[in-house]
Amino acid sequence: MISLKVNGKMYEVDASPETPLLWIIRDDLGLMGTKYGCGIGRCGSCTLHMDGQAVRSCAIPVASAAGKDIVTIEGLSAGGLHPVQKAWLDEDVPQCGYCQSGQIMAAAALLAANPRPDDADIDRAMSGIICRCGTYQRIRRAIHRAAAMQQG
Amino acid sequence: MKNIINVRRNRFLETSFAGGLILAFSLSQTGSSPPSGSSLPAGGESAPADFLLIGPDGTVTMIINKSEMGQGVYTSLAMLIAEELECDWRQIRVEPAPVAAVYNNPLTGMQMTGGSMSVRTEWDRLRTVGAAAREMLLEAAADIWGVPKARCHADNGMVFHDSGRKLSYGELAEKAAGMPVPVEVHLKDPSAFTIIGKPVARLDAKIKVDGTAVFGLDVKTPGMLTAVIERPPFFGGTVKSLDPARALAVPGVTGVVKTDSGVAVIAEGFWAARKGRDVLDIVWDEGPHAEISTDTIRQRYAALAQNAGRVARDKGNFGAALVSAAHRLTASYEVPYLAHANMEPLNCAIDLKDDRCDIWVGTQAQTLHRDAAAAVLGLEPQQVSLHTTYLGGGLGRRGNPHSDFIVMAAEVARAIKKPVKVVWTREDDMRGGYYRPFWYSRFSAGIDKSGDLTAWHQRLVGQSIMTGTAYARRLIKDGVDATSVDGAADIPYEIPNLLVDLHSPMVGVPVQWWRSVGHSQNGFMVESFMDEIAHATRRDPYQFRRALLKDHPRHLSVLDLAAQKAGWGSPLPSGRARGIAMCESYGSFVSEVAEVSVSPDGKVRVHRVVCAVDCGRTVNPSTIEAQMEGGIVFGLSAALHEAITLEDGSVRQSNFDTYPVLRMDEVPLIEVYIVESKGAPGGVGEPGVPPIAPAVANAIFSATGRRIRRLPIGVVEMEKM
Repeated sequence: MISLKVNGKMYEVDASPETPLLWIIRDDLGLMGTKYGCGIGRCGSCTLHMDGQAVRSCAIPVASAAGKDIVTIEGLSAGGLHPVQKAWLDEDVPQCGYCQSGQIMAAAALLAANPRPDDADIDRAMSGIICRCGTYQRIRRAIHRAAAMQQG
Repeated sequence: MKNIINVRRNRFLETSFAGGLILAFSLSQTGSSPPSGSSLPAGGESAPADFLLIGPDGTVTMIINKSEMGQGVYTSLAMLIAEELECDWRQIRVEPAPVAAVYNNPLTGMQMTGGSMSVRTEWDRLRTVGAAAREMLLEAAADIWGVPKARCHADNGMVFHDSGRKLSYGELAEKAAGMPVPVEVHLKDPSAFTIIGKPVARLDAKIKVDGTAVFGLDVKTPGMLTAVIERPPFFGGTVKSLDPARALAVPGVTGVVKTDSGVAVIAEGFWAARKGRDVLDIVWDEGPHAEISTDTIRQRYAALAQNAGRVARDKGNFGAALVSAAHRLTASYEVPYLAHANMEPLNCAIDLKDDRCDIWVGTQAQTLHRDAAAAVLGLEPQQVSLHTTYLGGGLGRRGNPHSDFIVMAAEVARAIKKPVKVVWTREDDMRGGYYRPFWYSRFSAGIDKSGDLTAWHQRLVGQSIMTGTAYARRLIKDGVDATSVDGAADIPYEIPNLLVDLHSPMVGVPVQWWRSVGHSQNGFMVESFMDEIAHATRRDPYQFRRALLKDHPRHLSVLDLAAQKAGWGSPLPSGRARGIAMCESYGSFVSEVAEVSVSPDGKVRVHRVVCAVDCGRTVNPSTIEAQMEGGIVFGLSAALHEAITLEDGSVRQSNFDTYPVLRMDEVPLIEVYIVESKGAPGGVGEPGVPPIAPAVANAIFSATGRRIRRLPIGVVEMEKM
């Protein structure tokens, strides 16, 4: 059994240790907001927070997530009211929406580490997450907006 | 004046609407002529044909017959109803429609989403639905108050009487449902619109930022298993022999079945299924296409282009005009196979019972896919309930005309008779075929002594995507697939002698439409060659196009607006150059100007893209802007990076490491300008795509003198400068 802390709750999961954290989150815990896109850590749809860092959960064996503080899109905020989520709504960012959990989790981690990112910072933090709908420009605007919001 | 035909209450939704029905509508397929612009097909099904329910709490539920795949259709179609209904926008909910003939696209006779057609085909019908409901609510209030209806008016979910009395739609709904259905309704003059034409935030934004939107991959019913399918390494291959023992030994694997598509490994969850698949022992019969390669396709196409093809357009006398031309120009262009690479890999969930089944799937082709599943499962279509989820991108792929991802899932469900979700890995999705076809074109142009373009010939070589599909009869005439020559046979430029012909070779690579379809290759090829002619005649590429579009005001207006906003002709920082292109597609006109630089080692950087669009009467400007931005990113991604190539019968790419797509750090600043237009609504999902590749390629020529005649651009060869 592997002990996981996800969104503040403790879970005991019976899984082989190399199982990617993504599939534990989705298939065992039933948290469907974290998405599968590539399985090799190249698209970022599965991005979540592990000890505050944005990581690709498809490339993390569940065994190495044991004991870590894991946060998914479901646990980012109460009622979807994190500043990043509010900024996303203000800029009407999503299109198909599939990559947006990953985008939002990456943006939230970026802002936690760097409250006033410039465009180059955003490129560095966000280029790991693909959006085929092409919402990138609105994502950039939303991150700047969320940064401003957090400054108050 | 519009006719409402046979509006009736509906039993199906009456019983399924928990809060108690209250007002439900349908427009019947029978009776006198439907609203202008649509001709509803005579369907054989009795349909739960509803578009609208109003609950006692005032909630307005709109049943949307189009798939939401990012294009904002749930919001734009709700706006059409709401404009006439005068409801409270905050009380609107949207639900995907079930499958029924009344939801068919009137042009294709099927329930489907594609061709940038949703607003265009629903423009009249949904406004009529809203207006009819409003009239019935007014009637109900007038009846309660014992006043003439003419003294009542509707606003923001309430009916008001001149005296100041008021009743909410929720209070009125039950009574309104019993009111006579208006035979005719007045639709607003566009000058009175209060919703249509204003930017409206998406109705599905909230659930897409809190992670609760349900995509096909997120569907899970009690006991539902997960299956992955190992398919042949070559298109057309088959299983010769199978030993499932090692796969069955993987913990969590519950079964291995051979289906017509390959070998399915079924398990409790994706990871076990995937692990089981990794250790399958299969011997394949390679099939007839094990030697196919991009190189041989290219050679074959170039050879075909030496001979005349089937004529798609023949105006004037190209041959004679070319002979008498003072100057001639020829060039060959090529674009690769492309994957759709939707962020959500394909999937389909099925719960098969003895005499019926439920399917949950993100589909763009409800009728076709339901019927295909029914055929595999030995059921009547009416025994199949198809539930449309949110689509993690569509891009055309989820409307597969051969129903591939539905049929594969149905085969597994038939074999195991348990609820199952078939999941494609990214590799399955990318290597599974149904690509935008590889295209080759050979151009010739004749120019007279004064430098005017007198003769134009494009000969296209590429696979027909409509052959063998339900759309073939409508779209293939005299051997010419209309979608092959979209944007080629119908170019707007005034050229006295014009010839477009086409070869449609059969190749063992499955092909399909890809956002903007034929325009995706022809926009690039035509607008690039047009640019070549402009430079050859020493004309400014923008002015050169203008001169050929004298009687085309809508083309001119977008061309002019894009050029003006981009500062066409004004100085740029050293090393930067602009390129322009203009394409008409799906009833809309789009011109784009790209600002580009190329590094000494040939790396392309697109700094800025200015887009001007005339899509007729606008519904949601926010969506139009988003669709142009998205179309530009999508087209730029393909132009710079994307290609599916084949070698020894197998697809070389498998995931985003080998199939790079555009990311945040490469996205240019994009500006979108919408032309104010009273034209009929045009499409917006696709028209942003075609002009970007030629605009960038033309800018690269201006910056470097290197003409891009093959996509993807990749690294520009600079050494030969």
